[in-house]
Amino acid sequence: MKDIRLMKGNEAFAEGVIRAGCDGYFGYPITPQSEVLEYLAAQRADERTGMVVLQAESEIASIHMVYGGAACGKKVLTSSSSPGISLMQEGISFLAGTELPCLLLNVVRGGPGLGTIQPSQSDYFQAVKGGGHGDYKMIVLAPASVQEMYDFAKLGFDLAFKHRIQVMILSDGAIGQMMEKVELDDQVPRMTNEEIIQKYPWTTTGKTPDRERNIITSLDLNPVRQEIINRKLQEKFKKIQETEVRFERIQCDDAEYLFVAYGSSARICQKAVMLGRARGLKIGLLRPITLFPFPSDELAKLSKQVHGILCVEMSAGQMVEDVRLSVNGAVPVEHYGRLGGIIPAPDEVLHVLEENFINETMISESAAGGERKS
Amino acid sequence: MPDTITREEICQPENMIYCRTPLLTDAPLSYCPGCGHGTAHRLIMEVIEEMNLQADTIGVAPVGCSVLAYDFLDIDMQQAAHGRAPAVATGIKRLMPDKFVFTYQGDGDLAAIGTGETIHACNRGENITIFFVNNGIYGMTGGQMAPTTLPNMKTATSPFGRDVQTMGYPLKITELIAMLPGTYFVSRQSVHTPANVRKAKKAIEKAISYQKLNKGLSFVEIVSNCNSGWKMTPLESNKWMEENMFSFFPLGDIKVPK
Amino acid sequence: MAKVKGEIVVNTERCKGCQLCVPVCKENVIAMSENLNGKGYHFAQSVNDECNGCINCALVCPDGAITVYRVKLNESLKAAS
Repeated sequence: MKDIRLMKGNEAFAEGVIRAGCDGYFGYPITPQSEVLEYLAAQRADERTGMVVLQAESEIASIHMVYGGAACGKKVLTSSSSPGISLMQEGISFLAGTELPCLLLNVVRGGPGLGTIQPSQSDYFQAVKGGGHGDYKMIVLAPASVQEMYDFAKLGFDLAFKHRIQVMILSDGAIGQMMEKVELDDQVPRMTNEEIIQKYPWTTTGKTPDRERNIITSLDLNPVRQEIINRKLQEKFKKIQETEVRFERIQCDDAEYLFVAYGSSARICQKAVMLGRARGLKIGLLRPITLFPFPSDELAKLSKQVHGILCVEMSAGQMVEDVRLSVNGAVPVEHYGRLGGIIPAPDEVLHVLEENFINETMISESAAGGERKS
Repeated sequence: MPDTITREEICQPENMIYCRTPLLTDAPLSYCPGCGHGTAHRLIMEVIEEMNLQADTIGVAPVGCSVLAYDFLDIDMQQAAHGRAPAVATGIKRLMPDKFVFTYQGDGDLAAIGTGETIHACNRGENITIFFVNNGIYGMTGGQMAPTTLPNMKTATSPFGRDVQTMGYPLKITELIAMLPGTYFVSRQSVHTPANVRKAKKAIEKAISYQKLNKGLSFVEIVSNCNSGWKMTPLESNKWMEENMFSFFPLGDIKVPK
Repeated sequence: MAKVKGEIVVNTERCKGCQLCVPVCKENVIAMSENLNGKGYHFAQSVNDECNGCINCALVCPDGAITVYRVKLNESLKAAS
C-alpha cells in the first residue's frame, strides 16, 4: 500500500532527505524554513537512520560543516532562507571550487535586507548566475508542489553525486509552508564508509598505504593550472546544460501565447491557463524545473509557435532575462512581477497577458484589415 | 685498539637517533627561514607517526601562511575557507567519528574572522583537536595587525604601533575558550628552544590522545615568531618573542583534565 | 664508562640558513657555511667533531634538515674489534 501523507512543503523535504539516505544535516533557524530542522529533530532522524542533525551557530558555520562532510563523500545538506543563503555564499563558492556534492535548500523570502518573511522569487539571480565569487554554477531545481519538495531531495542528491556539484532547491515561502498530500518512497539505506571509499576514491577518509593522500582544496596559485581547473568546470556545466534540462509543458501543443513561470508562480499561471482556455484563449505554460540548466532550447522552439511570452515571477524581473536570451528576439517577451511577498492572482496574470499581447493583437488585427500581426 | 671512530662509521642507519618523520612530504616548506610553522608541522606529524594514525587522520588547513599545509603533511586534508576550519572539522568529525580530526590555524584565522566558529566548536565540545599558531601578525598578507598583535606593536596596518584606544586589545582567545565547558585540555607552548619543543610535543601527544578517548575539544596554542613580519632575524625574533610575547601569552597548561 | 659520540648530517638543500640550530648546540658544532645552497642560503654545517648527539639542533630546525646519529663509543668499538 502506498504511504501517502498530508505534509507541509518543508516537512516533506525533510522526510525526503531522511528517506534518500542522507548522512548529515547542518542548519540554522530562519523563517520560513525552520520546519526542516524542527522536523528532523522531532523525527529522531539520528535514531531512524543514524543521520547526523546539528544546529550550527550560524549559516556560515552550517555551510562549512557541509563542506567538511561532503569532502568525506557523505550525503550532506543545509537549508535556509534568503538572508541565510546570502551568508552561505562564501561556503558555496568553496564547494564549487572543490567540486563537492551537496544539497542546499533556499525557501525564498522577499528582500533585499531582512525584507519580509513572505514568499518571493527574488533570489533567482543569486541561485542561477553564481551568487558567490568566481565562475561557477549550481544545478537549481524549482519545486512547484509539496510532492516535488519531497521528490527533489533524492533527485538533488543523485544529481549532486552524479556530477560532483552543488544542487540548490530554489523553493519559496508558499511552497515551503503549504500542505498537500505526498506519496513517500521506501527508505534508501545510507552508504557505509567502505562503500564510499569504493565509489568515491577522491574523498578524505584517511590516507591508507594503497593510495596517495587526498586533498580537497580550491587553491592553485599557478595561473596556467588554475585556468585548466576553470575550463574543466565549464566543461562540466556545459555537459549538464546538454543532459539535465527538466521542464514541464502545460497545454503548450496548440498554444498561441505562453506563460513562463516556475515554483509558486507556475501554479498561479497554470490556473490562469485554465481560466484563459475557458474563454477560448490558446494559452500554454512552460514551467522550468531546472533553472540551471535553463530550458533554453525548448523556449527557442516555442518562440516559433507563439505570438507572445509573459514571464511571471515574484521578483522585479530576473528569469525573464534568461527567457529573452533563449528566444533571442524571435517573439515579444514581457515580464510581470509582484514584489515584497505578494503572490499574484490567476486572473491578475491572465489580464496582464491579455493586455500585453491579445488585446493589442486584436487592435492591430482590425487596423491591418484582419491580418495577423506577425 | 683504536680510540677513534670516523664520521662515516657513526652516520650509519643503525645509529640514527633523529630524522625528519616520513609523514612530512619531500616538498620544501614554503615558510620563511626560522619560522615556527615548520617545527609545529613536524611535531604534529611525529606524533601521528608514533601513534600510527596516518590512515585515521583528516586534517584541516586554514587560510594564512599555512594554507598550503596539505603540501607538506602526508595525510588526507581539506583546505577550509578563512576562519571556518572548526566548522569544517565539525562536519568531518560528526560524520566520521572514528577518525582523528584536527585543524591547524593561525591567529587571524582562528581569533579574528573565525572567532565564532572557534568558540562554538569549543563550546559544543566537538571531539576535535585545534592547533593554533599565534605570532601576533598576518604573515601571509604582508604583516598586518592581527587580533593578537601586542599593544604598541608596529605592523603594516598599525605603523605607529597598536593603539588600544582605537584598535582594541589583543585577544587572549586561548584563556577565553579554556573557560568553556566543552574544552578538555588547553595548553600554550612554544617551539623556539629544544626544551620548549619537547614540552610542545608532549602537549600535542596529550591533545591527540584525549581525542582518541572522546574527551571533547583539545586546544594547543603555539606562540611563535614571524621574523619577516616583525622585521627581525630569526634569532632576534625568538628573543623578542621571549621578552614581549610570553609576558602577555604565558606558556604552560591552561586547562588540564581533573 | 661509555663515551657518547654523535654526528649530524645537514640536508644542505633543505636548510634555509635561519641559524636557530647554532646557539642551541652546547658543543659549538654548527656554523654557517660560506657557500650558498641552491636557494641562495648559507647552510648550516658541522665544523668540529664534538657532537654528542643531543639532537637539540634537530629539534629546533623548522625545516627538518638535520639528521642526528649517535654511538656509545666503547660499545661500538668493542663490537668492531
